[in-house]
Amino acid sequence: MNRLRLAVQIIFTILTNGYAFGFINGKIYQGKSKYICVPGLNCYSCPGAVASCPIGSLQALLNQQGFTVPFGVLGFVFIFGSLLGRFVCGWLCPFGMVQDLLHKIPVFRKRKRLPYHSVLKYGKYAVLVLLVGVGSMFLFGGFAKVPAFCKYLCPSGTLFGALPLIGTNEMLQSQVGGLFFWKAGILLFLVLLSVKVYRPFCQYLCPLGAIYGWFNRFSLVQVRWEEGQCSACGACQRACPVGLSAAEISVSPECIRCGKCVEACPAKCLHFSPKKTPLQEK
Amino acid sequence: MDFKEFCRKYAWAAGALAGGVFVGVGIWQGQFEVILKKAVMICLECIGIG
Repeated sequence: MNRLRLAVQIIFTILTNGYAFGFINGKIYQGKSKYICVPGLNCYSCPGAVASCPIGSLQALLNQQGFTVPFGVLGFVFIFGSLLGRFVCGWLCPFGMVQDLLHKIPVFRKRKRLPYHSVLKYGKYAVLVLLVGVGSMFLFGGFAKVPAFCKYLCPSGTLFGALPLIGTNEMLQSQVGGLFFWKAGILLFLVLLSVKVYRPFCQYLCPLGAIYGWFNRFSLVQVRWEEGQCSACGACQRACPVGLSAAEISVSPECIRCGKCVEACPAKCLHFSPKKTPLQEK
Repeated sequence: MDFKEFCRKYAWAAGALAGGVFVGVGIWQGQFEVILKKAVMICLECIGIG
């Protein structure tokens, strides 16, 4: 399943960033497909991006004069979330794939979680509320509203947008300043941390993961746990990259539906299914 | 199947349907024009310049 997941991640990344010409001439795609949001965190300023980032679009709507309920973007998020939940994070997010690949680099004593995980995991909700919500509507830009998450934090924008554009566009190279180095520093920190810890950005900072996590309980794609067949051997928890137990996997907002538990279970009591788990039916 | 169980089983469908309605409202309010306008220009903030 790991190979299948990697293949899906690569194919989806290529499909949603297929404007190869942009990487050569340092310009971005300007077609009508950018009306549509992709499910994962994929900067629309990536030279290859053929659709829009849901978080960037959400902020673009919140940045407008006066308050607007961003129905358009919420609609996409509701559709993707209700059908897939955090399956999007595990299978369809380009930045998630990058972190997965970085975590394959062999280093001594890998970690699933950071210390103080039980507190730090709420960081993504704080980012969602403070940077994407409040930050974009009121703060940081004074009277001129700014997309605070994209501007001050998003490492995906730096990796897929800033680096290829600045590398090929001389006009942009001349404008690089402190903000770029701040964002490059965040990216470098997360890249290095991803080698040691599994998906630190997804676990602790991603606002899109925070939203999709809420849908995990009732999304169509579920990991079903047959409690009666479970021998409580703990193989699933050992295999789970974020350290969830069998009972938590099906309902936790932290589960990214990677399927490693399904593969590891010797009794085959965990499987992908649209049906409800016994725990959810209680 | 009682009403509560029905709701629990088909919550995903209700969510997806609500999403479809939201997209429709977004189109009606012209929100996708705002998104397209933002997405077809290089977002200087996103790349750490603006």
